[in-house]
Amino acid sequence: MRKGRAAAILAGLALAVAACGNAPTTSQPSDAPAATEDGGAKTLEGVTLEVAAKWTGEEQKNFEQVLKAFSDKTGAKVTYASTGEDTGAYLGPRIQGGSPPDVAILPQPGLVQQYAQQGALKPLTEDVTKEIDANYTDYWKELGSADGQVYGVLIKAAHKSLVWYRADAFEEAGVQPPTTWDELVTAAQTIADSGTAPFSFCGASGWTLTDLFENVYLSTAGPEKYDQLSKHEIPWTDPSVTEALEKIAQIAGKKEFVAGGSSGALQTDFPTCVTKVYGEKDAAMVIEADFVAVTAEESGAKVGEQAKYFPFPKVGDTTPVVLGGDVAVAMKDSPGAMALLQFLASKEGGEIWAKLPGYLSPNRNVSPDNYPNEMTKQLGQTIVSAGESVRYDMSDLAPSAFGGTDGKGQWKVLQDFLRDPSDVKGAQEALEAEAEKAWK
Amino acid sequence: MAVTERLDGPQDPPVDSTGGPTSGPADTPRPRRRLGPSPTIALLFLLPAALLLGIWVVYPIGYSIVRSLYDSTGGVFVGLENYGTIFSDEGTLRTVRNNLIWVIVAPLVVTTLGLIFAVLTERIRWATAFKLIVFMPMAVSLMAAGVIFRLVYDEDPDKGLANAIMTVVHDTFSSSQGYPDARPREGDESPVAAEEDGAVVTKQPAAAGQPVLIPIVGVKQEVLPADAEPAVAATGGDGLSGTVWFDFTPGGGGVNGQPDATEKGLPGMTVEAVSDGEVAATTTTAADGTFRFDDLPEGSYVVRLPADNFTAAYNGLTWLGPTLITPAIIGAFVWVWAGFAMVLIAAGLAAIPRDALEAARIDGASEWQVFRKITVPLLSPVLLVVFVTMIINTLKVFDLVFIIAPPSVQPEANVIALEMWRVAFGGGNNQGLGSALAVFLLILVLPFMIMNIRRFKRGDS
Repeated sequence: MRKGRAAAILAGLALAVAACGNAPTTSQPSDAPAATEDGGAKTLEGVTLEVAAKWTGEEQKNFEQVLKAFSDKTGAKVTYASTGEDTGAYLGPRIQGGSPPDVAILPQPGLVQQYAQQGALKPLTEDVTKEIDANYTDYWKELGSADGQVYGVLIKAAHKSLVWYRADAFEEAGVQPPTTWDELVTAAQTIADSGTAPFSFCGASGWTLTDLFENVYLSTAGPEKYDQLSKHEIPWTDPSVTEALEKIAQIAGKKEFVAGGSSGALQTDFPTCVTKVYGEKDAAMVIEADFVAVTAEESGAKVGEQAKYFPFPKVGDTTPVVLGGDVAVAMKDSPGAMALLQFLASKEGGEIWAKLPGYLSPNRNVSPDNYPNEMTKQLGQTIVSAGESVRYDMSDLAPSAFGGTDGKGQWKVLQDFLRDPSDVKGAQEALEAEAEKAWK
Repeated sequence: MAVTERLDGPQDPPVDSTGGPTSGPADTPRPRRRLGPSPTIALLFLLPAALLLGIWVVYPIGYSIVRSLYDSTGGVFVGLENYGTIFSDEGTLRTVRNNLIWVIVAPLVVTTLGLIFAVLTERIRWATAFKLIVFMPMAVSLMAAGVIFRLVYDEDPDKGLANAIMTVVHDTFSSSQGYPDARPREGDESPVAAEEDGAVVTKQPAAAGQPVLIPIVGVKQEVLPADAEPAVAATGGDGLSGTVWFDFTPGGGGVNGQPDATEKGLPGMTVEAVSDGEVAATTTTAADGTFRFDDLPEGSYVVRLPADNFTAAYNGLTWLGPTLITPAIIGAFVWVWAGFAMVLIAAGLAAIPRDALEAARIDGASEWQVFRKITVPLLSPVLLVVFVTMIINTLKVFDLVFIIAPPSVQPEANVIALEMWRVAFGGGNNQGLGSALAVFLLILVLPFMIMNIRRFKRGDS
C-alpha cells in the first residue's frame, strides 16, 4: 500500500516536472514510434499515466486489475493514486498547482460541470465519443457532458434503490419483505414490537440520507419533478418535498424505529451502520446501495442467506430506481489518457471489470452474464432494462457545496432533520437557503 | 543578538548623521564599526535566509492578500467582498464565535493546570516521573490525539472511555434493572397505555376476581431473563390478579392481547394497585408473569407498572453531539498542551529566588499567601509567554476539530482554520474566500505574535 502510494506520488512529481519543463512544442508521446504503426500491439510503450480515484482496499485492487489489462494491451504504465473520500479536496489543489492526474474518476457528475467550467477538463476525442455512443444510452452520455461538450464516461454504477435486511430478524418478527411504503412502516412496527430496532441509519454519512430522500422523492413526485428539483428549477419549499420528508419522518420519527436513537444514528457512519445490522445485530434493516454487500460479508453475514435485500418499496406511483456512479474524465490532453478512457468505456474493459466482485456496469453491451454472482446479475439486469426511466443520484448532480460536502448543504440539513424529524417546514426552508447559495 | 548588532553596525551612519553624535548608543562607539564585516559580505550571508523567508513566508502572505480580493475563479476582482462574507455568512460567523470560545477558555485552562501541576510537582517525591507522564501527550501528534479522543468520546460505553466512566459512576448509585424500551402495543386495542412519565397503566379499572392482562412489546432479547417461563393468564379467585407478559410470538402469528403458548412472562416487574391516585398495594410478578394482590380492600383499582420498570440503562452523555462538541474538543486540547505548560512553568519556578519565598515564610505568610503574593507575580513573565503561546495555538487549531467532530456536527464545532481549508479545498473550491479567512486569521494572531517577540527581546537584553 505505502509503496504503491509512494510510487504514485513519485509519478505525480515526475509528471509535474515534465509539465513544467516541457515547452508545448515537445509533446512526449509523439516521439514514440509505435504511434504511427498499425493499431493493436503496445501503441503506448513508454507512456506513463496517473489515474486518481477514491477507491481503496478491495475496490482499488479490482480497479488495478482493469488498469493492468490496459497496460498489457497498450504497454502504457499506469499508476493509481487514491484521492480519499473527498475527491474534490484532493483534486482542487492539484488543478490549481497545474499538475492534475492524467485521468480522474469523479464520484459525482456535478464535479464534471464544475471542473469543466474551470477549464480543468479535456474534451473527449471522437474515438472515445464513438465508443460512448455505441455502449451507453443518451442519458448517461448527458451526465458526462457540460455545455453540450462530452467530457466524461460513466464507468461504474451503484444501485441505490435497495433496502438490505437481516433474514433472521424478519423471521423472528414474522414479516415479509414489503413492496409498498405503508407495508414497510407496518413491518417496521412489528419488528420494533419484537424487540429489535427496525432501521439502522448511517446519519454521520450525509450521502446515505440524500439517497433515502431521493428514492422517496422519485417515487412520490415522479421523474419529471425529480429532474426539475435536481436542477433547482423548483424550490425546495415545494409541496412535493414536504410530502417526501413527511414520509421519511414516518420511519425516522419514532424512537423505537431507530437503532441507537437519533443521536446515536447521527454518529454512525456508513460501514458502521451495516455492521450494526449484520455484526452486532442491533437492527433489522439498512437502506443503502448494492455495495452494502461488501461490509455485510465482512461482518460475517452471507449475502443471499442472512444478508438479503428487497427493492426500495413504492412510496407513490413510481417504482424508484436511483443510480450512483463514477465518471472518468481526462485532465491532461494526452493520447494515453484518451486511450484509457476509450478502454474503460468499451465492452472489452467493462467485461474484464464485470467479472470481479463489487462492480456494476452502466454499459449496455456488457452482458449481465459476466457478473460473478446471481445478485449482481439481477441488479445489472435492472439497470440495463430500466433504460431511460432510471434517475441518477440527485445530490451528485448538484454543486458539491450543496450535495457533496461534509457538514454543508443538503447533507447537513438532512442530518438536522434526522435529529428532529418533526420540523419538516424548517428543513425545507434550510434546504432552499442552502440551494440558493449553491446555485447562484 | 551579538551577531545582529554587528551586522547592524555598518548601517548606522545615516542615523548618526541625522541624529547627531550624541544620539548614538553609548556602547557602540565609532571605531567599532570598522570591526564589522563589509555590507557586501553581510548581504551575502543574509541572502540565503532572506531568500528562503521570501519564498516560503513573505510571498505566500502577499499572494494570499492579493488572492483574497478576487472571487472563486480568481479572475474577477471583488475588493473586500470576501471579507464581508466572513461577517455576514452564518456558518462563517459561527467559526468566529467558536474561535472566541476557544481563545477565552483553552489558554486559561491550560495555563492554570500547568501552574498547578508545576507547583505540586515541586513538592512530590516522584516529580520527574509525574512530569514525564503529563508531558507525554506532547509526544503524540495532534492527529493521533484526535483519533484517541474520538474513541474516548464514543457514545457507546463499551467503546468510549468517557461514557464508560460515567456509566460506572452512575450505576454505582442507581442501577437499571428492568425492561428498558419496552412499552405497550400501539393502538386502541391494547388494554394498557403508557403515561407521560413512562409508567404503564390499565385503561379500564380492574376489580377483584377479574384477571388483568398487561401485554408488553419491544422487549429486547438481551434483557429478557433466562428464567422467564411461558406466560399464564392469571386465574380469577380472591383478590386482584393478572399477568404481565411479552406479547409477541416469535416468528409472528399469535393473538395480540392474549398470552399465547410461546409467549414469555416478564418476571420481576413491579406492579402497583392504584385507587384514586393513591398506591394501595405493591407486588412483583412471578417467573410466568403473574401477580396477585392479597388482602386488598374491595373497590375499583387501576393497575400500574411504574416507570422505573422501563428506565433505559444510563449511557452517559452525547459528547460528540452539537451541544458538547466544542467543550469536548477543548478537553482534548488541554490534555495535549497541559504538559507543555507545566514544563515551561516548572522551569520558571526553579529560577525564582528561594530567599524571597523564605523571607515571606519567616514573616509568617501562609502557603497560599506565598503562592499568591510571591510565586505568581515572580512567575508572571513565564505565565504570560505560556498564555500567549496558547492563544496563538488555539486561534489556529485545526486538526483536533477536523478529526474529533463527526461530520454531522462539524459545522457546530467549526473554527476559522478548518473553515479556511474547507472553503478553499474541501469542497468549497473558493480560494478567494479561503484566502480572506487566512488573512483574517493572520490579523488575529499578529498582535499576540508581536507581543511574544517583544517579550523574548526584553528577556534577552
